[in-house]
Amino acid sequence: MTAPTGPTAPTGTDGRDAARLREALATVHDPEIRVLTIEELGILRQVDITPDGRAHITITPTYLGCPAMDTIRADIRAAARAAGYPQATIDTTWSPPWTTRWIGAAARDKLRAAGIAPPAPAPPPGPAPPPGARLLPLAATAPRCPLCGAADTTELTRFGSTACKALWRCGTCGEPFDHVKEH
Amino acid sequence: MTAPRTTPATAPAYPLRLGDDALIAAQRLLQWCARAPQLEEDVALANICLDLLGQARALLTHAGELEGRGRNEDTLAFLRTEQEFTHVQLVELDNGDFAVSMAKLLFFTTYQELLYGRLAASTDPALAALAAKAVKESAYHTGHAAAWTVRLGDGTQESHHRMQHAVDTIWPYTHALFTPDALDRAAAANGTGIDPATLRPLWHERITRTLKEATLTVPDDGWAPGGGRQGIHTEAFGYLLTEMQALHRAHPGARW
Repeated sequence: MTAPTGPTAPTGTDGRDAARLREALATVHDPEIRVLTIEELGILRQVDITPDGRAHITITPTYLGCPAMDTIRADIRAAARAAGYPQATIDTTWSPPWTTRWIGAAARDKLRAAGIAPPAPAPPPGPAPPPGARLLPLAATAPRCPLCGAADTTELTRFGSTACKALWRCGTCGEPFDHVKEH
Repeated sequence: MTAPRTTPATAPAYPLRLGDDALIAAQRLLQWCARAPQLEEDVALANICLDLLGQARALLTHAGELEGRGRNEDTLAFLRTEQEFTHVQLVELDNGDFAVSMAKLLFFTTYQELLYGRLAASTDPALAALAAKAVKESAYHTGHAAAWTVRLGDGTQESHHRMQHAVDTIWPYTHALFTPDALDRAAAANGTGIDPATLRPLWHERITRTLKEATLTVPDDGWAPGGGRQGIHTEAFGYLLTEMQALHRAHPGARW
């Protein structure tokens, strides 16, 4: 994870305990994109151990209405219990807002290997956009086909199997594929 | 002696009205589920509903917490009466044909995108955080509605005629989105909210651009029904609300 705004270092009364717990929680997979963990997606934000020894975990949703959040909370609770923290509290924060820029290079490779086109990398910093301009360009660049690598791809629908994915089709190999939308 | 600087308090009614807009828009749009013209469109509209519902849940929860009377997202959504809802009438109107639904979606989500973009700088940290999140979702919604508006407007003679009719039918109801009342003005004055009138020039510019591309005519401003913010609603809302609340009222405290 190279993004400076990515998950922050664990803190708490005992940094080593928090780091160990974080390692355990980092193995929790996203229920909708099974090849990635909640750490790789940037959903896991902060792991603390309170002075009385309880786990305090902060997560952020990818989309406000993401229906996977309850499952993610249950999975985190189970992982924390297995790591010796039966009474974990889980907070949800919206700030800073989740962005696909937090998905690192290794996670993008995993997505591609699973047949899912990763989001385009963050654009280089440029001049400030004019007032009223969109905060993010919609489908700025067409993703390459994750199956055959061809650049000749077409968007079928911007809203795919989950809130964070769009459906595309490759013009070369003819296969449809999911694309994690830039967000 | 100077008073210490404090963060201005957000009036609970302010996030409540924004939450009502999102909630009722989601509930109405949901009626397309399993009825959309294509499978992809069905998935798209359900996705948009889910985003709107997520925004509504966050806004209603925040309103309940600010109010401090123990009301949560469920009690606010399921146990208020018709007159206690403060959304604009535009979002409760019947879906009509697909063109009417797309006109409603285009007008409403373009407003939401502009509103959330500005609200991201609210002095209320909770409102600012959820607006910064929601604005990116709204951008996808407006893109979707605009694409359909262009496809239908610049399509066949029949689709053009129906899209123009939809735009003309819904246009009067857009004025209420931009008509501030005392609550909006107070929220704008203390930095927690936005005066919606200031959003209209950019909204009008964007909508005009899309309608022109769709070979459609921008309607003249005229009749401007209002009252939603004060709890006055159209006949269509009673039926929608009854269906939305039926299960919760029949089985108080029911859980999945």
